[in-house]
Amino acid sequence: MVGLVVLSLGLLTVSFRSTALDPVEGYSASVLRPFEIAANRVAHPFRDAASWTHGLFSAKSDNRKLRAENAELQRENALLKGAREENFQLHKLLNYAQGPTWPKDFGEVGARVLTSPNPLDQSVTISAGRNQGIALDDVVVTNEGLVGTVSKVFATESRVTLITDPTSNVRAVDVKNPAAIGLLDHAAGSSALVLDRVGKDVPPVNADDTIITAGSPTAGLPSLFPRGILIGFVSSVGQSDTDVFKDIQVQPFVDFSSLQSVLVLVPKATVERASPSARHG
Amino acid sequence: MILHAVKAAVLLFVAVLVQVAFFDVYTPLGGRADLVLVLLISIALLRGSIFGALAGFYAGFLVDTVNLGALGFTSLLLTLAGFWTGRYGETTARDRFHAPYVSVAVITALYGVGTLALDFFLGEPAPAGTYLSGLPATVLLNLILIWPVYALTRRIFPPVDASDRVHEVRLLA
Repeated sequence: MVGLVVLSLGLLTVSFRSTALDPVEGYSASVLRPFEIAANRVAHPFRDAASWTHGLFSAKSDNRKLRAENAELQRENALLKGAREENFQLHKLLNYAQGPTWPKDFGEVGARVLTSPNPLDQSVTISAGRNQGIALDDVVVTNEGLVGTVSKVFATESRVTLITDPTSNVRAVDVKNPAAIGLLDHAAGSSALVLDRVGKDVPPVNADDTIITAGSPTAGLPSLFPRGILIGFVSSVGQSDTDVFKDIQVQPFVDFSSLQSVLVLVPKATVERASPSARHG
Repeated sequence: MILHAVKAAVLLFVAVLVQVAFFDVYTPLGGRADLVLVLLISIALLRGSIFGALAGFYAGFLVDTVNLGALGFTSLLLTLAGFWTGRYGETTARDRFHAPYVSVAVITALYGVGTLALDFFLGEPAPAGTYLSGLPATVLLNLILIWPVYALTRRIFPPVDASDRVHEVRLLA
């Protein structure tokens, strides 16, 4: 018993202080991977059945709400298409230089999500790694929005730290209010986020505004996240007399508890990767 | 003994996969059923402290590997959980109907607090409020899970013969 405890402490110490055990962990993980995938496949119908049953209760109201939302989005989409074309032409005329944008400057690697996050560990394991071209700090998304960044890479698997992790910071902006740029931070509750550092002097931020990644502030301080990736919507805005900044709560678009597959954004350009410590969110 | 070890290894391996593929996804009332812990408690109650500690270490290693977490983290906690549950099974819990339920309730709570404490000592994020608010639901879910799991484990690991049991516990202090 004492031997096992000492062995556990030894493993823990080595794991935390060095990367010496990474090959062992990577090899063990690749041995377990087929079993994980098989288990996920077996569990899939049961998960579907559970979510189908859950969906039945809210289907009618969801349908009505989505129809109204769809009509609104179609109108908005028509306007945006025109604006995008105009924007493209203006960029061309001005010879406007900008940082890497998604999806133009990034390749995408699709991967299956093998584990789920829990309150103490806001990270997931995905079924793609170094062999698929994934590197540390690559950005991870779904079609709903931003998921997180790659924090550990093995040959065939990677660990992704979610944006809901307390250690995660993302430079983000309100789409309708470009002055409202702040740092998206962790808040109380596993799926809640706060857009911090938005001064009280900036124009008002409203509930339901969409929040996206803000990209790099300057060329010398490149952000991990390219501009324009959807993050979530503003769920509430508060302001107190004593606080310097607004209190902006953000609800992410991605449901982190039911992630099934993700896309890892791999930069297309063969730019020299700065060390992780030199880059900031 | 070797046959029991192989059976425990296979059962825990399957439990880790089921945990990752199914139970980790659902968090009713903020809690999360922990099949691996419940199975470990069942095995330790039936096979004793040393067997429980070894099973805990093995299960923890599997959990850490599957989650790509720090090796040794879950092993440490599950080794202690397996050992103490086994010790309880060898001594006061003998033939008690309530032993699995008491063990699950107590060990789930201690395991949760232990995880938080270890995270805190290692300088990792340890949101106590978020975690502890889901702990009662986790205990409840594990209590529901122990009934079928213990019944199954009892069939696979028949109780230890009376002659093999600990007959005396000496107090050292």
